[in-house]
Amino acid sequence: MSFQVSKSSEVTLIEVEGQLIVGNRQELKQGVLEQLEGGDMKFVIDFSNTDYIDSSGLGVLVSLSKKIREKGGELRLSNLNEDLRMLFELTKLDTLFRITDNKEGALEGF
Amino acid sequence: MDKDLVLELPTDIQSIEGAVEFVMSRCSGCAEQGRKLKLNFRVGLTEALSNAMLYGNVHDPSQSVTLEVTIESGRLKATVRDQGAGFDPASIPDPTRPENVNRPSGRGLFLMRQLLDEVWHNDRGNEVTLVLRLDSGSALEGGAQA
Repeated sequence: MSFQVSKSSEVTLIEVEGQLIVGNRQELKQGVLEQLEGGDMKFVIDFSNTDYIDSSGLGVLVSLSKKIREKGGELRLSNLNEDLRMLFELTKLDTLFRITDNKEGALEGF
Repeated sequence: MDKDLVLELPTDIQSIEGAVEFVMSRCSGCAEQGRKLKLNFRVGLTEALSNAMLYGNVHDPSQSVTLEVTIESGRLKATVRDQGAGFDPASIPDPTRPENVNRPSGRGLFLMRQLLDEVWHNDRGNEVTLVLRLDSGSALEGGAQA
């Protein structure tokens, strides 16, 4: 798994490449927390190139969302494939995140 | 019961992805199972191995995890056993309840139960067995056809 960080206006966009799983979840967490500590408040994590997230990966997203909200910010998710959407719905995490079909939708009105 | 595939894994979370991919690659005809195998079995097996290493063996690198996989009577069965003290599966709260949705952990067993046809633990709670019912024509390489 790797990820690219870019900024658009006030929004930090993180594009993940590969699976987000127990063996690499801390890398993403650390990367986002560094941006948060640097003052960023609005985050979009894009999963266009991710086919699989395990429960540890889901847990990291929950943890990050909580930390970002505690600072007054928000974490949005975009481009989850059909399988990933199903996992979010099963676990009811679709109620915790704003999930959009594409990056543009996530950035809109942020 | 003969075991078609037995793996002894170190307690190292970096080994999980490779072990799951290896099992998938050994299952001839499984590609035709589509989403059931690609998503359901893969997620279930990954969660079982993660739980065994993180919570069963508590990250202890001196302990190992045993994975046994068989296909028989149209059922793909994976048993994951750790060397820990075991746990009571009934003690794990429902992660989808409103008071638990914000918790960063506790979804692994739930996902196994949701995605596999059968999930059961031994009495000690250090072994979980996952069963996925297959359409006909799948087999582990070198093993008996379902």
